[in-house]
Amino acid sequence: MSRPSALAGTIKAKLDKQDILLMSHIVLGYPSLEANREVIKAMVENGVDLMELQIPFSEPIADGPTIARANQASLDGGFKVKEGLQFIREVVAEFKIPFLIMTYTNILMAYGMEKFITEAADLGVKGLIIPDIPLEEATDLIAQSRQAGMDWVQLMTPTSQDERLVKIGAEADGFVYCVARRGVTGGKTAFDDSVGTFIKRCRVATHAPLAVGFGVRSPEDVAYLKGKAEIAVVGSAALDLHVKEGAEAVGQFFKGLRG
Amino acid sequence: MSKGYFGAFGGAFIPEILHQTFSQLTADYEAARADASFWQEYLELMRNYSGRPTPLTYAENLSKAHGNRKVYIKREDLNQTGAHKANNVMGQGLLVRRMGKTRVIAETGAGQHGVATATMAARLGLECTIYMGAKDVARQRPNVFWMEQMGATVIPVTSGSQTLKDAVNEAMRDWVGSMDETHYVLGTACGAHPFPEMVSWFQSVIGHEAKAQILEQEGRLPDHVYACVGGGSNAMGIFQGFLDHKEVELIGVEAGGLGLDGHNHAARIASGKSTVGIAQGYKTYFLQDGDGQMRHTHSVAAGLDYVGVSPILADLHDSGRVRFEAATDVEVIEALKRMVKSEGIIPALESSHAVAGALKELPNLKEDAVVIINLSGRGDKDIFTIADALGDAKWKAYIQERAAIYAAEKGEEA
Repeated sequence: MSRPSALAGTIKAKLDKQDILLMSHIVLGYPSLEANREVIKAMVENGVDLMELQIPFSEPIADGPTIARANQASLDGGFKVKEGLQFIREVVAEFKIPFLIMTYTNILMAYGMEKFITEAADLGVKGLIIPDIPLEEATDLIAQSRQAGMDWVQLMTPTSQDERLVKIGAEADGFVYCVARRGVTGGKTAFDDSVGTFIKRCRVATHAPLAVGFGVRSPEDVAYLKGKAEIAVVGSAALDLHVKEGAEAVGQFFKGLRG
Repeated sequence: MSKGYFGAFGGAFIPEILHQTFSQLTADYEAARADASFWQEYLELMRNYSGRPTPLTYAENLSKAHGNRKVYIKREDLNQTGAHKANNVMGQGLLVRRMGKTRVIAETGAGQHGVATATMAARLGLECTIYMGAKDVARQRPNVFWMEQMGATVIPVTSGSQTLKDAVNEAMRDWVGSMDETHYVLGTACGAHPFPEMVSWFQSVIGHEAKAQILEQEGRLPDHVYACVGGGSNAMGIFQGFLDHKEVELIGVEAGGLGLDGHNHAARIASGKSTVGIAQGYKTYFLQDGDGQMRHTHSVAAGLDYVGVSPILADLHDSGRVRFEAATDVEVIEALKRMVKSEGIIPALESSHAVAGALKELPNLKEDAVVIINLSGRGDKDIFTIADALGDAKWKAYIQERAAIYAAEKGEEA
């Protein structure tokens, strides 16, 4: 049973006006915080509904080459967690969409788990996505996050067995992040019946809204997800475009995604 | 304590996509461990293929030079492919067969684990892909040459720093897409559960043999056992023979690199500069900055140049069972020269850390002390690095001559 959360409420309210929401992803400090600000603006102005802000980590084991490279480049450029959190404070105040922090367990651990969660909630962050901590290890963190008024976003994957999907779904807050294919971020996903079947398995396992990511790159992909999921997540494709053609091109890309 | 933990360390911090794979691997490993015939099959294979048991050699000259304190060398260098790594990869290979998988992948830095995995795949008839940073491919051509001869596909990884870390990421990417038919052969006693425990189990053959051999040769247990520690698999291997005997002191020697003052070392525990973190699937002591980002590490021995340490060893340190020391690059080269000259044994640069640790302490040990040094691998692979470190002019001239011959051949072809 999913819990009532501010994030789930926002998602439902937005779905009254549009058939699918778009969630984007940026890596803080890549290529720079200034460039991040520019691209966030372009994304919000062109219809992005939610955004993941990734705090870079030196060992991003769940990320594909594009995002892994961006993590390393940001760190090589001198990114520091403290400055990143200050930046998040600023963008949360400036842009009126829900922001989530995506990062890895060690970043929280080095900062102090509880301190990180309290501060993130104080910044106005609506949720946390931490892909390298399994449900079994996250019990205390989920409770602390809820207490701070922030959602702990769970991941469901095609390799998760049905009973595990139910276990994950029972703990779901805000929305569930469904990984569309076996693999890491950034590769190509064939949006076909197998993805549809997987989304149906997730739907049965939870009442929370479903966000589908990994390999969403085109208006056709988004069109496929309409009516099946509540949120389409676009990460690496926008990052590639940002590096090649700049923030404005990213804005146009998102504008065209909903078809 | 939940499964996969050793004191405060260990666990399985993996993306959800790998959950099922790890669950299955854990179940298969536990079933194999409970099946006595599996261990018999393993011992049989190691006996017939890898030359086990490896000898426990009395180092007569080193001993005499130290007032008859007795130094014994456990000869893991005599294994197939020249290192203790054979124990782990052959064990995992048998497990792969038992699981019904047909392909193995591995990542390798200096190339030794890659060579060992390719060897195992050739022997057991498995398809094999090895990920290796493009820079390491360029630096370690002899190892790449052998991996390819044994039928493995070596993929140079061109992302990031083009070294081991990027090879790990690439292997992980392969695995999440191929887990049904593929097993990821981890090379050391690190990573997510069950790898630390499983790798230590296969390596425990070293310690069981060493204990029986020293009892036979000396009629008593040793006073001190030295092993080098990168990830920690050879140390875990030999220590397991003596863990229950509190009177045997166990010493892990880490890479002191250019010294413990700056960051050019890989002495996670001996430096006192590491902190507990979670990365690469498990919780242990890591050399990291205040933000939790892993630091650059350095060692003359590529195999010890690692940012974390086995969670089992982290726990053995916290409980006081294992003492950790560090040997610098300079001390290691000196120890290597001494071992070569006095015993005619060429240790790997990694193993030379254990030798350096023991040589430093030998003069201060009690007079009838019995010492075992685990010689994890042989040094042939390090000939380029060692010749560089020794500044051997004849070797350099030889390489230049070979290069000139190849350049001339290339000129004729063009």
